[in-house]
Amino acid sequence: MTVVYPILVPLIAAVICGLVRNYRPLQRWVSLGATGVALVLNIRLLLVVQADGIQSVGIGGWAAPFGIALVADLLSAIMVVVTAFMGLMVAIYAFDDITEDHEANGYHILYQLLLAGVSGSFMTGDMFNLFVWFEIMLISSFVLLAMGGSREETEGGVKYVIMNMISSAVFLAATGLLFGISGTVNMADLGSRIHRLAAMHPVLVTAIAMLYLIAFGMKAAVFPLFSWLPASYHTPPTAITTIFGALLTKVGVYALIRVFTLIFGTVNVLWLAQPLLLVIASLTMLTGVFGAVAQYDVRRLLSFHIVSQIGYLILGLAIFTAASLAGTIFYLVHVILAKSALFLVAGIVNKNYGEYDLKKLGGIYYNNVALSMLFFIPAMALAGIPPLSGFWAKFGVIRAGLEAENYIAVGMALFVSVWTLYSMTKIWTYAYMRKRPADYDRPKVEMPSSSFWLRWGPTLAIGAITVIMGIFAGPLYGLATEAANQLVDPNIYITAVLGGSN
Amino acid sequence: MNVLLAAVIGVLYATGVYMLMRRSIVKLILGIGLLSNATNLLLFTVGEVSRAAPPIIPKGETTIEGAVANPIPQALILTAIVIGMAMTAYAVVLVKRAYQLTESDDVDEMRITDVEV
Repeated sequence: MTVVYPILVPLIAAVICGLVRNYRPLQRWVSLGATGVALVLNIRLLLVVQADGIQSVGIGGWAAPFGIALVADLLSAIMVVVTAFMGLMVAIYAFDDITEDHEANGYHILYQLLLAGVSGSFMTGDMFNLFVWFEIMLISSFVLLAMGGSREETEGGVKYVIMNMISSAVFLAATGLLFGISGTVNMADLGSRIHRLAAMHPVLVTAIAMLYLIAFGMKAAVFPLFSWLPASYHTPPTAITTIFGALLTKVGVYALIRVFTLIFGTVNVLWLAQPLLLVIASLTMLTGVFGAVAQYDVRRLLSFHIVSQIGYLILGLAIFTAASLAGTIFYLVHVILAKSALFLVAGIVNKNYGEYDLKKLGGIYYNNVALSMLFFIPAMALAGIPPLSGFWAKFGVIRAGLEAENYIAVGMALFVSVWTLYSMTKIWTYAYMRKRPADYDRPKVEMPSSSFWLRWGPTLAIGAITVIMGIFAGPLYGLATEAANQLVDPNIYITAVLGGSN
Repeated sequence: MNVLLAAVIGVLYATGVYMLMRRSIVKLILGIGLLSNATNLLLFTVGEVSRAAPPIIPKGETTIEGAVANPIPQALILTAIVIGMAMTAYAVVLVKRAYQLTESDDVDEMRITDVEV
């Protein structure tokens, strides 16, 4: 049962929120309580997986490969823990950030469905079921994104919706073709049959792998398919932007990791996929960070940074060793936390100073030292300054790259991290250090202490974790390495799901 | 039959992509619809189109004799159709809203989230 909880809890919460739709404060507490419960249960799942190995369950009692399997390996378990943690933090932040209009439109129902979709994508062991969870996640994100109904949100929504619908069509086509040649959609079953399939249809298997690369690449916002992300992510309220930036693209990255390790990892597809992924990773890092440097709206700047950081994750996958995958997993957790903290800080700054635009901000450091520190720590973590989490994350990926002798990609990663530091310095100088332009020099809007803590609490907690992750990098890296070892040997996963028979 | 279906799928994909390239957002929706239906038809075709009995085990037996149709592609397509319908319905509403706000159905007019204003 433990395997079902990450999906079940948010789904039940969504239903309850729907039932108490007319009692808005109650919905908030349901949302908060459910994410809290989910966090506890997901941590328990992680402990179980760590102690007893990969957990698998066939939905409705139909054994794999015939029924839909839910599978929790270490990567899935880590990801659902992070999902629930971010869910909880943003649920707290949303108390103050989400307006009554949004709540009346069903914000909490959709929020829980979004979390269910994300957790479901992490847990499922079935290709078609992954498609279904993706769609649940997407439809809730579509509505959340455009819910405010302003012109900006609607235009951003159109771009987001169209790109994601195309990517879904590609995903479905790839799954259909894979089903056509293999007769199964169970990931473990596919993994065990792929050798024979690749021998029979080498071209078709490569084509399917590339279709998956396009479909998941579009969701993960890699170069050159990322244009929808900076066009839409900065439009909704901070809480929604944060949860999107934290989780949605990472689901795409997770799906890429899963498909290219479990299914295509051991067959002769990598000759094409690996150099392609390396090029994509490098260009994603580069275009993302250059896009970020050019921006003046903090949220747009951070949106471009999401793209840039995706490049590092893909780089870890492209190098394709146990060490680089461990780096990627550590990086995934780090970037979710650091980026979310920065978005939440941007929301606080906007609440206090009424601006997202760097040109109109200034002097926060002299005015509010605590807030500047709240920005400074995750910003330095993102840039990869030791001893914060980002340093170890980058260190892991780059060392794996050096071991694999991918010097060009490593050089690119180092080059980009300098620019990451530069763009963080840009926010720091403009918004915090320089004097605020006289035209915009309005007094700081003080928040009532309740909304102060609702915003500061989660932001502080996430910021603190980026520090803790840096200090206790050793044991956490151990966990990431264990997870990566499960990924590089698909047989562990296949045996856990299908039993010893195959 | 397979060749015919393959040709239809090809035409649907081509038309869909062509529609996506247009500047009108209404045509964008049509393009998405064509793409998703081409994909559904693809699922149908790869599941082997055949004349066969429905896959139902007769009462009192545990296996079925003879050729039976594969039920999985149909289950997959049904799911995909339902999801596609919901997505398209949402996209239509969104596009209508975008049209009301921008008073244009030209995607080139929808640039306020991309450029500095």
